[in-house]
Amino acid sequence: MVRSFDLRIGKKRRRKFAKAGRLRQQASGLCFPEKGMSTIPPNEKKNTRMSPLGYPSNLLAPNQTYESVNETIGSIVLRNRQPAPWWIGFVVAFCLLMMFFFALAWLFIRGVGIWGINIPVAWGFAIVNFVWWVGIGHAGTFISAILLLMFQHWRTAINRFAEAMTLFAVACAGLMPLLHLGRPWLFYYLFPYPDTMGLWPQFRSPLVWDVFAVGTYFLVSLMFWYLGLVPDLATIRDRAQKTWQRKFYGILALGWRNSAAHWQRHQIAYLLLGGLATPLVLSVHSVVSFDFAVAIVPGWHSTIFPPYFVAGAIYSGFAMVLNIVIPVRKIYHLENLITERYLNNMANVMFVTGLMVAYGYVIEAFMSWYSGDIFEQYMMMNRAFGPYGWVFWCLMACNVFIPQALWSARIRRNPLTLFIVAFFINVGMWVERFVIVITSLHRDFTPSAWGMFYPTFWDWATLFGSVGLFLTLLFLFVRFFPMISISESRELVAEPQKANVL
Amino acid sequence: MAQIFARSSNVHSKVIIVLVVVLVCGAGWTTYAVFWSPYTTYVGVPLDQPVPFSHKHHVGDDGIDCRYCHTSVEKSSFAGVPSTQVCMTCHSQLWNETPTLAPVRASLTSDKPLRWNRVNDLPDFVYFNHSIHVNKGVGCSTCHGEIDKMPLTWRAQTLYMKWCLECHRAPQNYVRPSDQIYNLHWKPPPDQEKQGARLVAQYRIDTSGRLTNCSVCHR
Amino acid sequence: MWRSLEELAATPGFEEMLHREFPRGASEWTNEMQRRDFLRLMGASVALAGLGACTKQPIEKIVPYVDQPEEVIPGKPLRFASATSFCGFGQGIVVTSYEGRPTKIEGNPDHPASRGATSVWAQADVLDLYDPDRAKVLTNGDSGATWGTFLDRLKVALDAQAGSGGAGLRILTQTVTSPTMAAQLQEIGQKFPTAKWHQWEPLTRDAEREARAGGVFGAETLYDFSKAKVIVALDSDFLYLHPAALRHARDFATRRRVEGPQGASMSRFYAVEPTPSITGSNADHRLALAGHEIPKLAAALAALVGSGGEGANVPDEATTWVWAAAQDLRANAGASIVIAGETQPPEVHALVGQINASLGNINTTIRHCASVETNPVNQLQSLQQLVQEMKSGAVEVLLILGGNPVYDAPADLDFAGALQKVKLRLHHSLWPNETSERCQWLIPATHFLESWSDIRAFDGTVTIVQPLVEPLYDGFSAHQLLDAFLLQPVRSAYDLVRATWQKNNPTTTFEAQWRSILSDGATPGIGGDLTPEQGAASARAAIAPPTGQGLEILFRPDPSTLDGRYANNGWLQELPKPFSKITWDNAALVSPKLAAREHLENGDYIELNFRGRKLGAPIWILPGQAENSVTLQLGYGRKKAGQTGTNKGYNAYTLRTSDALWQGVGLTIRKIDRHLKFATTQNHFSIEGRDMYRAGTLAEFIRQPQFATEMAEVPKHDETLYNPDEYKNAGYAWAMVVDLNTCIGCNACTIACQAENNIPIVGKAQVIAGREMHWIRVDTYYAGPPNDPQFHHQPVPCMHCQDAPCELVCPVAATMTDDEGLNVQVYNRCVGTRYCSNNCPYKVRRFNFLEYNGALSPSEKLVKNPEVTVRCRGVMEKCTYCLQRINAARITAQLEERKIRDGEIVPACAQVCPAEAITFGDIHDPKSRVSRRKALPLDYGMLAELNTRPRTSYAAKLRNPNPQLKS
Repeated sequence: MVRSFDLRIGKKRRRKFAKAGRLRQQASGLCFPEKGMSTIPPNEKKNTRMSPLGYPSNLLAPNQTYESVNETIGSIVLRNRQPAPWWIGFVVAFCLLMMFFFALAWLFIRGVGIWGINIPVAWGFAIVNFVWWVGIGHAGTFISAILLLMFQHWRTAINRFAEAMTLFAVACAGLMPLLHLGRPWLFYYLFPYPDTMGLWPQFRSPLVWDVFAVGTYFLVSLMFWYLGLVPDLATIRDRAQKTWQRKFYGILALGWRNSAAHWQRHQIAYLLLGGLATPLVLSVHSVVSFDFAVAIVPGWHSTIFPPYFVAGAIYSGFAMVLNIVIPVRKIYHLENLITERYLNNMANVMFVTGLMVAYGYVIEAFMSWYSGDIFEQYMMMNRAFGPYGWVFWCLMACNVFIPQALWSARIRRNPLTLFIVAFFINVGMWVERFVIVITSLHRDFTPSAWGMFYPTFWDWATLFGSVGLFLTLLFLFVRFFPMISISESRELVAEPQKANVL
Repeated sequence: MAQIFARSSNVHSKVIIVLVVVLVCGAGWTTYAVFWSPYTTYVGVPLDQPVPFSHKHHVGDDGIDCRYCHTSVEKSSFAGVPSTQVCMTCHSQLWNETPTLAPVRASLTSDKPLRWNRVNDLPDFVYFNHSIHVNKGVGCSTCHGEIDKMPLTWRAQTLYMKWCLECHRAPQNYVRPSDQIYNLHWKPPPDQEKQGARLVAQYRIDTSGRLTNCSVCHR
Repeated sequence: MWRSLEELAATPGFEEMLHREFPRGASEWTNEMQRRDFLRLMGASVALAGLGACTKQPIEKIVPYVDQPEEVIPGKPLRFASATSFCGFGQGIVVTSYEGRPTKIEGNPDHPASRGATSVWAQADVLDLYDPDRAKVLTNGDSGATWGTFLDRLKVALDAQAGSGGAGLRILTQTVTSPTMAAQLQEIGQKFPTAKWHQWEPLTRDAEREARAGGVFGAETLYDFSKAKVIVALDSDFLYLHPAALRHARDFATRRRVEGPQGASMSRFYAVEPTPSITGSNADHRLALAGHEIPKLAAALAALVGSGGEGANVPDEATTWVWAAAQDLRANAGASIVIAGETQPPEVHALVGQINASLGNINTTIRHCASVETNPVNQLQSLQQLVQEMKSGAVEVLLILGGNPVYDAPADLDFAGALQKVKLRLHHSLWPNETSERCQWLIPATHFLESWSDIRAFDGTVTIVQPLVEPLYDGFSAHQLLDAFLLQPVRSAYDLVRATWQKNNPTTTFEAQWRSILSDGATPGIGGDLTPEQGAASARAAIAPPTGQGLEILFRPDPSTLDGRYANNGWLQELPKPFSKITWDNAALVSPKLAAREHLENGDYIELNFRGRKLGAPIWILPGQAENSVTLQLGYGRKKAGQTGTNKGYNAYTLRTSDALWQGVGLTIRKIDRHLKFATTQNHFSIEGRDMYRAGTLAEFIRQPQFATEMAEVPKHDETLYNPDEYKNAGYAWAMVVDLNTCIGCNACTIACQAENNIPIVGKAQVIAGREMHWIRVDTYYAGPPNDPQFHHQPVPCMHCQDAPCELVCPVAATMTDDEGLNVQVYNRCVGTRYCSNNCPYKVRRFNFLEYNGALSPSEKLVKNPEVTVRCRGVMEKCTYCLQRINAARITAQLEERKIRDGEIVPACAQVCPAEAITFGDIHDPKSRVSRRKALPLDYGMLAELNTRPRTSYAAKLRNPNPQLKS
């Protein structure tokens, strides 16, 4: 079918959308086809086509029917019992979350002094975590929005994850700057509002830009995620047996009736949001990078930061998606819907962005030498061979050397190896932020003021606690929402040509 | 199963959307209003005092000059609150039996100071200086209102920073001739614009905008 | 090679931290301060409910006087002239008091020992006044007692003594210069003819007294460094640890300050010392030499300058130094000074006296005047005699007037043991300490800000010590206590002091005279100059060869706690010690070579074994330390000092014996398996080839006056995206110049700033965490070889940049450059993102990581300056150029309808500086002192190449080495 960006719905268009509507009505399984039968018989030959690169070109495993899609995805939400791994994971995550709350309580009672920060290293884990989480939050919108606009159908099975993950990651990120404030109860000073002092925020400060950038990003991602969910929520609603489920999903589905008109508006809104979200993917992390690039600190004051941060963000984002998708795929037996092909494509994107990041490192080093600035040069030497040198080399190992394994298709297609590489990348990206923030600060201009930063228990509690928050939300999401877009997956059944990508 | 949402929900949802908008704006407006209301600012709220001291009586009826009690207003940052001795200079003769003044007499005999409730109270990080204001044409009533009409004293202005800035940004709208400083009923003349400008020049008040620097009031 | 321990060990430390689960979180609770914090959690959490800012203001009380004193104008401070003491010698001060509450001590410009400056200790005295650990009530054993019961008990004891004429009565004081106390002791002497008066001061100047300058025992030698072209110091810290140090520093600076390349001249300064001192670090030619070698060197010098003597052979490294020094001395006969420290034996002082005499320095650069001490004695002998009599049981009543002999008497005397043999032991003290623990009676003393007294300065100048506040606790002044010994109704200290002075002038003019004495706080001393007798009277004892083998041990006063009397003072405890920058601890200072030999690192413990006595102490590797000398700093290891000073550091007195009061040979050290993490405020002592600190020689400067400014290229005024004249206004433009050439690195600015600006004490744990709060710090950089480095002191306040990096990154506009160029920090607007600190290239911003002011006791709160906001937790703060003083001056000027005069505003750091190294003023006024300083070619802006356009600038350091010596 043809997707249209046009908002003016003329006769012809209406007919088009009507057709699309019918197709989708079938696809979304609301016209109650008898079990097992499908309007379009699966074509074995087509499904087994191989791509020139030598891996299955099909996004779906063979013999997928509307029903099988409904069943595999819907049942996860509707079934009572969750598999043991879910429970284990959830309990662990929840404990971490409790530790997070404990750490926050202590933080609010005593002040940021419970952390290892000091003068000169006035920014510590809070900021490192912030940048890390925002970065992770990029994959979602990237997959949903940019790939959507590029008609990349291989986003289908993973966009829902990615979007959910984005939300939770950005939620974690949004907390950090708040916790990091010396007087968090005055956070609202950062917003422009008519106060009794006759003052406004200081708009030259990147921190103010952050407030808007991250805020906008969160809202748009939220809408995007929810809009995509609506038809699926309707599906769940209609398959639900229990009343509470009917009510719960019924309310969330906002009375979706799957009419052609619904679909038509849904499509337009979805595309519009996609259009809105796309620039954000680039803007958010650029703005975050300004927090550093605008400062004069050697190791921060660099023009390469925006592109290099965005690349890094998508890099870590995809790594995180893989770290989540691969176990879930195994636990819930979704191999049919999330085929190796998805993993492979994600690995490719991750690898490419990884190379961009590596390039960023090289240029940074080169510029610090080429600038002829003794402060820049010392910064680079200190970064690699100073007291924190070993951290820098961890970073290099995780972000540059280990990912080179992705040259091999076997590693890209083997879920386990891919998972391991992705995990290293996630760690590496956190370490990268540690290097940027701490190593740059601990020795800047005035040698007499040089110092060291030693994280305390509370620093670690905040880091792992935020991971706990993230995972808890994610486990709840997996439990209560269709983690793969049912309607879009059914589209792939309905229109197999979409499922075959060379 | 049947739809949870009936046809009417379309209407309801529209209404709800409108309501939400209204509520959000309303909430914002309310907070704003509360912050500017006497509840927060104490403006016009008379405070109880250990002794029901009446400026109305002392200033309005008896016509005692401000400086008789607030002795240091012209030389110090602090205008000064009269010591028990000052009260007793008159009240050892007048009303020296009234029970209402018992605390004052007690204070003198027991050598324990009176503890008044502070009416015009700035935060500790604000360094206001009375002497420079009264010497540069800011009259008592500009900040303290017509105190001679207050049986119990109340705050006449919010004392918010925004309010301070109104004058620090444009002193010419508020300054008065030096002989009018202690006149509680001084009203800006119709040509205050012109007069003010002249006075500002005469008082050599800095109009470069430095008066709105943070460092003028905060240290 | 200058990496400090922290950095070298950083990686292991960091890894270990990664492996352990609870790095510092666990140790949090061990810190006293933090445990007290815990009690205030509730309060904090309320503030945190988000209501901190949005609740309505609580109703506060306003409390007028019952009867207002006429001199008090509420909101206006009063200032009184008084005096503090350095080891018994007076230093004139002016005390600021708000509504009867002394908050700040400044120097008295009219006082010869002050000249408007003060020592670090004088600054800290005001904190002692409010010390919650002070002795509060008169105690007998463990129970409190009344003054009355005490008097009765005393009367019984004294009546018993009366028969024997006081044979069993002894009084032990510190050095006494107070005329009133002198009179009282005399009276007691007449009443009890056989009673004895002993004196003991752990930092005794016996050697100088013995040397009999001008033939009079204990006569004072007065030096005029402003006249000296060449100065040779033999182990003398005359700029820091000397009753006249402030005066010396002032005079020394006048001879070192350079106003311009034309006819620029500087005095040349040779110093020899075993361990780096403030004084030595300012020398043009500094020689690190073992303390016991210095007598030889003195003899050699004497021979070379031709003041007779057969000379002596000195170590090779010293030969050229002595030769050059002698050359210069001879060339500048009559305009030179040779000075020896009290740590050197009398022979050296005698030699020095002869050298000065033969150079004709007497009455040109040097004067002698009669001793200003009431009764100069050899204090060591005096104490030894007392201890013997105590042991023999001859002492029945002992009054210990101040001091703490149990703690600081020489270890071999066993003062504590002897004390137990005394029947009635009375201790008059400001604090309950080690000595009062062993006395039946503790009579709480009044602080000098609480009671009347009088005191004489090094040159005899007398000052009336007048109280500014009623005694906070029921203490008694020493005068009252002594008066009680005359068995008559005790008079008030005021009457006693006044009586003494009325004796001198019984006429009717006394009242007027008394008033003037009080107001100007410095009256010319009794006892004038002496005739120069070339000091020949002193028998030229032969230089005793060092006894014993092994290393040399040196005992030196601690630069902060002195002999231990200031151990309970938080400001001084947290004041970074010169060179090492250690706070809250003392270290055994060893040379880099020795450390390498013994495989020692900073913080490693060694066991010192000196003449059979053992002591464990953590070491600090100090460049410029004589190779085989180990310096122990006195004044730590207090067992009973108070919650601040108890059990900090090690007690060096346990090794200090009467035969080695200052130095001795025969020390052996052994590394033991124990380590201490020092709390240092500076961890990196190499400047890494950067140009924050610029130094040259006088010759270079005359040849190329611009050398300092040319060291870095500064962007042009208009190379900025913003309007370069954004803050240009017609009014004032405040700026500061720090003259590195005269700065001696004494830290006075740091502590003065702390006192003026309500800067909190954060405690050892926080300093280790890198969170000290000082607004102006004195950085020290080393250059050259570790055994003979150059010391660079650099005071660093806020630079008040005109293109301030901190300013544009603050999201809430809490830091702004105002129209007069002040970079102001608005505490009440600050939310604590700490971005400004990251972006500050000078790292002069300080952050309240925790509630540092929360744990203050009620009395400690009284020391706060009401003109400065007390900052709460989560707020950034920094130097404001003493904004409160600027505003005060501006309002006064506006009320008087005039401009602020040049020099009318003096920031605390500039006011306290003994060397007048800091100049502050308005650079829009071309005639102001600061403008003229900035016009000098030596003037440069620290890191100005970053286009920060700092208002604080530096005058480059100049040295004046002997061209014949390459150093």
